Amino acid sequence: MTSVAHSTTVPGPRRGARRSFSRFLRAETWAAYAFILPWAIGFIALTAGPMAASLYFSLTNYGVEQIAGFAATEYVGAANYRQVLEDEKIRTSLYNTLFYTVLSVPAKMAVALGLAMILARLLRFAGFFRTVFYLPDITPPVAIGIMLLLLFNGSVGIVNTVLGWFGIPGPFWTTDPNWIKPSLVIMSVWTIGGTMVIYLAALKSVPRHLYEAAAMDGAKPWRQFKDVTLPMISPALFFTFIILTIAGLQTFTEVYTAYFGTGSAGAESPDAALMNVVYLFRQAFEFFNMGYASAMAWLLFVIIMIVTAIQFVVSRRFVFYQGEKR
Amino acid sequence: MSAGAQPNFAPGASGAATPTIPQAVTRRYRGGPRRILGGLKSAPFLVLLALISILSVYPFIWLISASFKPQSDVFDNRIIPEVWAWNYDDVFAIAPVATWFFNSVWISGLGALLVVLSSSFVAFSFAYFRFPGRGALFALILATMMLPTAVTMIPVYLIWNELGLVNTQYPLWVPNLFGSAFYIFLLRQFFLGIPRDYFEAARMDGDNYWTMFWRIAMPLAKPALIVVFVFEIQAKWFDLMTPLIYLRDSALFTLPLGLKTILDQFGQGGGGQGEWQIIIAGTVLTVLPMLILFAIFQRAFVHGIATQGRKG
Repeated sequence: MTSVAHSTTVPGPRRGARRSFSRFLRAETWAAYAFILPWAIGFIALTAGPMAASLYFSLTNYGVEQIAGFAATEYVGAANYRQVLEDEKIRTSLYNTLFYTVLSVPAKMAVALGLAMILARLLRFAGFFRTVFYLPDITPPVAIGIMLLLLFNGSVGIVNTVLGWFGIPGPFWTTDPNWIKPSLVIMSVWTIGGTMVIYLAALKSVPRHLYEAAAMDGAKPWRQFKDVTLPMISPALFFTFIILTIAGLQTFTEVYTAYFGTGSAGAESPDAALMNVVYLFRQAFEFFNMGYASAMAWLLFVIIMIVTAIQFVVSRRFVFYQGEKR
Repeated sequence: MSAGAQPNFAPGASGAATPTIPQAVTRRYRGGPRRILGGLKSAPFLVLLALISILSVYPFIWLISASFKPQSDVFDNRIIPEVWAWNYDDVFAIAPVATWFFNSVWISGLGALLVVLSSSFVAFSFAYFRFPGRGALFALILATMMLPTAVTMIPVYLIWNELGLVNTQYPLWVPNLFGSAFYIFLLRQFFLGIPRDYFEAARMDGDNYWTMFWRIAMPLAKPALIVVFVFEIQAKWFDLMTPLIYLRDSALFTLPLGLKTILDQFGQGGGGQGEWQIIIAGTVLTVLPMLILFAIFQRAFVHGIATQGRKG
């Protein structure tokens, strides 16, 4: 990425006399490492160490008995991974997660871009509308999960009430397995404020002379959008595409709040809402199958890496970085 | 604040570390497509935006209005309640909501403060110093942003379990002592925008690295520090998973976990009778502080988000 590349071009402190160079450099190095120390400790204790441990656990039967010390931890080889691949529920949860991500990410991007394009052209009130569209983004996900249950309630929710005005009998969104995921997708489009703000900033940094040149050449608005706007904001589009996808693949809080719980609610939890991370969480912290859940976590990691890698490769053709040879 | 100290998050796309003043960039755009599409045609746009605004805001209005309705009227979709009911007393009576609220406030506040400090140290190091392994270490930090929390979640839990600190609030804020990749990235960009001459001058005045960090870097980075602070407050206030993993005693709960407990207890799913008016009042109490935070720090929110897109 550009940021990494350009960090090497930043000049260090100007060197003083030659003879103090090495001493100075040493002091600087030590100071630098001292300032990095907080992150280094955290990285070892909370990231690298746990990653190694997680890899190890994924090859063992580590579970509730082992945590309590009632049974020995046994190496089970790839058994967890084999089980992961055979587990019907994992297949369901992966399907649900992909379904949700594939629909919600493009929908969010499209709506956010549409709104940003309008706001960028607005003569007045742009700030007001930006604030209004950003509001859903500051709503805690637990609250969004609850709102989902309320607004999409099949018999009394406002969504079906409004559909009723147009003579459309709304489905039972929150109980009908076929409609649970669509309602999650629709709800997710409610929170597009952040994405929209990113697009708005990108649109505003498109140099005006490009539009003037395009208009001079007789480009109609659609051509201008396609050949000026889109390439110029493609880094922002790509960035949100990646971020939203990674977030979508890890959807947890809204879904867990609405459909899963510790009490008897858990028993009725619909498979249609079972997301990958939700299932992982339940395996790890409700059933305490730590080894198995670790294997699931690595599967998720691999999936995210593959999806992101594909996005990077594909986007290389479409993303235009100004002032950079690609 | 002078123009030189404007939040000049380095424009990632061009890769230049020279300070830019965002307003100037903004102004260049004005009149471009606006001259073509603005003016007369903006009226239909305004109507469209107003309609979409209703979709955006209505859930809040619905929620606040329903929180003042008796159980039987919750779903009547009136904006002004026909019969008024004060459900907030009930919420505070049926659950330690005040305690949860307080827990969320101090954990968010402390966590945000700690992550601002720790991330600043690390970011300053990458922005200012030259040292062996800088490029590789920074790439490593960026790489950790890609790592799903699910991968480390289980071993980290086992560490806390080993320390005997499960069912305490330490796991919720102690990790903030170690900085956070995204904030380190954000703050580094900002520190890079501070002219090097400032630091050179401070060195002439006899500052060492430590005093330079506190006297020059931190005061000038204030806009970025505020961005990180409000982002982390929001992140902590939103977090359900961590409290769900670590907290057992309801006296330790944060607001999201408490709200989830209320939902499980009083919603229809949990065998409750669907006492939604109580759940809704609890939801309003969870949402409202974020609305207030946003009202105060709107610029920081919007600016911080807009900056993300320029990561390139």
